[in-house]
Amino acid sequence: MLKPRLIGLVLVRDGLCVQSIGFKRFLPIGRPEIAVEFLNRWGIDEIAVLDLSATARGSACDAETVKRYSRLCQVPLSIGGGIRSVIDVKRIIQAGADKVVINSALAAEPEIVTRAAEHFGSQCVIASIDARRGPAGFSTWTRGGRQASGMAPAEWARRAVELGAGEILISSIDQDGSRAGYDLDLVRSVTQAVSAPVIACGGAGHPRDLAAAIAAGSAAVAVGNMLHYTEHSVIVLKRALEALAQPIRLDSYVTYRHSEVGPEGRLAKLSEEALDALRFRYIPEETI
Amino acid sequence: MTRIAIVDYGMGNIGSVANALDRLGVTPVVASTGAAIVPADAIILPGVGAFHAAMGNLRRSGLDRTLTEEVVSKGKPFLGICLGMQLLARESTEQGLTSGLGWIDGRVVRLDPAASLPVPHAGWNEVQLGPPSPLFGRIEPSAHFYFDHSYHLECGRSITTATMNYGGVWCAAIQQGHILGVQFHPEKSQRNGLRLLRNFVTYVQKRKGESC
Repeated sequence: MLKPRLIGLVLVRDGLCVQSIGFKRFLPIGRPEIAVEFLNRWGIDEIAVLDLSATARGSACDAETVKRYSRLCQVPLSIGGGIRSVIDVKRIIQAGADKVVINSALAAEPEIVTRAAEHFGSQCVIASIDARRGPAGFSTWTRGGRQASGMAPAEWARRAVELGAGEILISSIDQDGSRAGYDLDLVRSVTQAVSAPVIACGGAGHPRDLAAAIAAGSAAVAVGNMLHYTEHSVIVLKRALEALAQPIRLDSYVTYRHSEVGPEGRLAKLSEEALDALRFRYIPEETI
Repeated sequence: MTRIAIVDYGMGNIGSVANALDRLGVTPVVASTGAAIVPADAIILPGVGAFHAAMGNLRRSGLDRTLTEEVVSKGKPFLGICLGMQLLARESTEQGLTSGLGWIDGRVVRLDPAASLPVPHAGWNEVQLGPPSPLFGRIEPSAHFYFDHSYHLECGRSITTATMNYGGVWCAAIQQGHILGVQFHPEKSQRNGLRLLRNFVTYVQKRKGESC
C-alpha cells in the first residue's frame, strides 16, 4: 500500500537553517546542509528546503546550493523561496531538485506554474499556500504572510491546480511553531476542494497531530521545528506513528520497534529487566 | 572500469541518477549525443515528464536509433527508469497515441485505480517481487520504493519482475533479457534504491566479464 509521506522541512533564512514561530520569530539551528544530510540518513520520505528570505532578497536558490543539497539527499527534494520565473525553475530542476515550491509568484506571476508544469510535468510543481484564521473564515497570504491575496485557501488551491500545480502545501500561519497541532479545519477545507495530494504544514508537536492530519485527508505531512535537536528524530517520530497504528514507511537500520512510546510521544525508558538483558552488538555499516 | 552512460534527452532530473551512481563509486557519463553513448558498457535511460515530448526529443536528436542499435542489436545492458521504462513500449495513450521505441510488447495507459484513489500515484509504496531478477538481489520482499507517475506499462506477465498495489496490481519492474526497467525511482529510494543500482552495476560487470 502507498504510505503517507513525512516531509522534512528545512527552513532557511539568510543562509542559516532556522525554526520558525508564527512566521515572525526565528531560532537559528545551523547549516542547512547538515539538516538535509541528517534527515536523509534517518529515513525521511522527502525533503523540502524553503528559503524564507528569498522573496524579500529578490532571488531564488542558486544552482550550486541546490547541487550541494541534492548530493546529500536520496529522497525527492523540493526547493522553494523567491522563484519568480521559468528560468529559475529550470535552473533549480537541472541542478538536481525534483520539485519546486511556488508561493508568492502564485499571486504575482501565476503563469509560471502553467509553464513549469508544461515543461517538467505537474508532479514537479508544489503550490504553497499560507493561511490565517479570521472571524470570516480563512484568508490566504503571500510574501511570508505580509500580503493578503483576498481569496480563501480552498479557492486559491483550486486555482493553483487549474494552473497546473501537482500538489498543494497548506500552511497555517497561526499554528506555525505552536506545537499545538495542524489546523485541521484548514487542511480539510483544502483536501475537500482539490483532488491533488495535499501536504499539511504548521504546528506539529506530537505524533498524533500527524496522524490527525492524515485522517483529515492529507497525503503528506510536513514537519520542521520538531525534527531538530533530537537524535534519530525522524525514526522516533515514525516509530511513534506506527504505535498509533498509522501506516508509515519505517525501514531504517534502527527502528526502535522494541521500545514503547510514552504519552508525550517520545520513547519510554526500557524496563529494568530489558536493560539488564541488553547486550551490545556491533553492526557494521552496510557497504552497498 | 565500467562505463555507464546516462542518456540526457532533456527530460527531468538526470543529476540525481548521476549522484546515486557516484555514491556507488561508478562515475557515469552523462550523454546527450549518440557518439557519447556508443563507447559505454551499459545505458541508463531516466526520465520524468510526458511520453509524447520524450519520444519527440529522442527522435529529433536521433538518439532513438543509437539506443536501438546499441541495446537491441549489440545487446548492451539497459536500465529504464520511470518514463525511461515506459518508452520501451510499442505505444502510449498519453496526449493522443504516440508510438514508443517498441522493444517490448506492451502499451502505456493511464493509471485507473479502484476506489477513486488519486492519480498521480506519488509516494512510497511496497514492491512485490516476482521471479528472481538480477535487479532485486539483497532486496527484501515488500521493500519500499518511491513512485511518481500517472501512466503505467501494461505488459505480459512473462516480462514482469515486480508489481505494486495501488487500487489494483500494476507493473513495477520488467526484464526482457538484458533489457531492464523499473517504474519507481531507485535514485530517490534511499538504501533500497542504491542496492538496486548496485545490482545493476554488478550485472553489467558480470556480463562484460563473460563476453571478454
